[in-house]
Amino acid sequence: MTTTQERVTTTAPVVKRKKRDWSVAIRVIVLLIASVFILGPVLWTLSTSLRPPSESFQLPPAFLPLNPDLTSYEQVFKQLNIVALVVNSALVTGLIAVGQMLTAALAGYAFAHLRFRGRGALFSIVLATMMVPAQVTIVPVFMLIRGVGLSDTLLALIIPAIPTAFGTFLMRQYFMGLPGELAEAAAIDGASPWRTFRSVYAPLAMPGLAIVGILAFNFHWNEFFRPLIMTISEQNFTLPLGLVSLQGNLGTGSISVVLAGVVLSMIPALVVFMFGQRALQDGLTAGTGK
Amino acid sequence: MSTATSTPTGTGSEPGRRHAAHKNGQAPKRGRMQQRWLPWAFLAPTIAGMGIFTLLPIVASIALAFFRWDIISAPTFVGFDNFAEVVQDPTVRVSFLNTIVFVVVAVALQLGLALGLAIMVQEKMPAWLRVFFRSAFFFPLILSAASVSIFMRYLFNEQFGVVNWLLSIVGIPAVPWLTTPTGSAAVVILVYVWQNFGFSFLLFIGGLASIPVETYEAASIDGATGWRKHWFVTLPLLSPTTLVASVMAIINALQVFDQPYVLTRGGPGDSTRTAVMVIFESAFQRLEFGQASAIGVILTLIIMAITAAQFRLSKRFVFYQ
Repeated sequence: MTTTQERVTTTAPVVKRKKRDWSVAIRVIVLLIASVFILGPVLWTLSTSLRPPSESFQLPPAFLPLNPDLTSYEQVFKQLNIVALVVNSALVTGLIAVGQMLTAALAGYAFAHLRFRGRGALFSIVLATMMVPAQVTIVPVFMLIRGVGLSDTLLALIIPAIPTAFGTFLMRQYFMGLPGELAEAAAIDGASPWRTFRSVYAPLAMPGLAIVGILAFNFHWNEFFRPLIMTISEQNFTLPLGLVSLQGNLGTGSISVVLAGVVLSMIPALVVFMFGQRALQDGLTAGTGK
Repeated sequence: MSTATSTPTGTGSEPGRRHAAHKNGQAPKRGRMQQRWLPWAFLAPTIAGMGIFTLLPIVASIALAFFRWDIISAPTFVGFDNFAEVVQDPTVRVSFLNTIVFVVVAVALQLGLALGLAIMVQEKMPAWLRVFFRSAFFFPLILSAASVSIFMRYLFNEQFGVVNWLLSIVGIPAVPWLTTPTGSAAVVILVYVWQNFGFSFLLFIGGLASIPVETYEAASIDGATGWRKHWFVTLPLLSPTTLVASVMAIINALQVFDQPYVLTRGGPGDSTRTAVMVIFESAFQRLEFGQASAIGVILTLIIMAITAAQFRLSKRFVFYQ
């Protein structure tokens, strides 16, 4: 195969105008159809949640919420302790995100800029733990949590999720992108190593930390498997768990109520999508050799 | 990324000593002491946390696979009994088989869709449209699999669902999606791919962006057009990305749980029960923690074997620039 040899920059690419325009139109139509299949279900969810419960199964379906009706939203507050679910989810997600950012920043900095014996080996172990599926460790973690008397608490969800291999990896990469001379300069100015980290490197690493935080938020806000196992009583449920149990409790009569809950649970994720999409995409694809 | 140690700073500092606190001759002893323990203070939370919540559980999980334990009475050592029972258990067997079929079909769909759409999005079109398509395909990734499965269950309702209504327009009679084994399996696959193809899509977009434009220009000078261009240029040059995307897609798909749990609870019968679902059920519903660990160990070995095999294969088929 001939490939890299032809890296000569040709300044005038050959363009066939007429033919291209047609192919652009066809491509855009195919992509639009794909987008309809992706966004359609979400739009249906939104518009159905904004209709009276009796019209939930109306066909042809409505994809645009033209005459919004908030009955289902009132109902979801009555039938489900949604405030408690939101508080639980926010607490769990927020504390995990902050905990991950702190521990990953510290460990990432040590792996990038501090010298110690066994650094390479230790970092390899950290990377290797990423390959272990959570389902394999969940049974012993559950027993450990139960052993220390934390079962059916929010802490059972928070504490085990704070140490993060992926976050540590991301932060190490980020800190390695910052020159080591900064530390030398800080040392000459008499800054202690801690001060150097705290006042010189950590502020510069904020974009990297934001990625770790957003990834943690996105993953744990939506998490289902661990809450399903670690929490028993409804007052400790997180949003996804509460919504699934609501769907189980209600018959098909109150679809719009369930969907109203689903829409409410999507709002924080939507905010992240609007403001942190780039960071989220960078984080998700980090370390894939891109 | 480089650590940028070679750049001279002009201050005459010794290269390779980043925290040379003792450099200017003041209290060298204290500086060196600090140097010793300081990295470990930075690492302590992560290392301790991983030790307790990942490494220890791995060891415990392997050990537990050789015991019978219901958490209430004392554990008894049973050797390989758990493995023997698990391998012969028809539900476990069916679930692993389901998982394999799921992985093959879902991953093929996911990668095919992602690659096709990524190639189309990367070609010439107005910039705002490209941004829109990328965001649209990425969007499902921010939702929870549980929420997605909740609304998809309504959409796939046999009588009132939008999917069957759409099919009826084209003249296809109502499909019993969630009440038949094949229908349920199809729904689980479709819902999973709907939500996850965006991740592979992102990887392919990144891979495509790294193919130099000159390569295509050279190919078109050589007379390659349309699909031939993609077949002979894009696919070979994209193969490192394809490898990473397929490894990640397979590893994730092998662990599928949320979608079948919410959509079908594994039914009808065992038709959509997956490997992780049987781990969950044997541990937390039947309190057979030893058996659950044994299934977990088997699943991990399968994941490791597949990963290793893929990197082996890659030596023959992946084309590195």
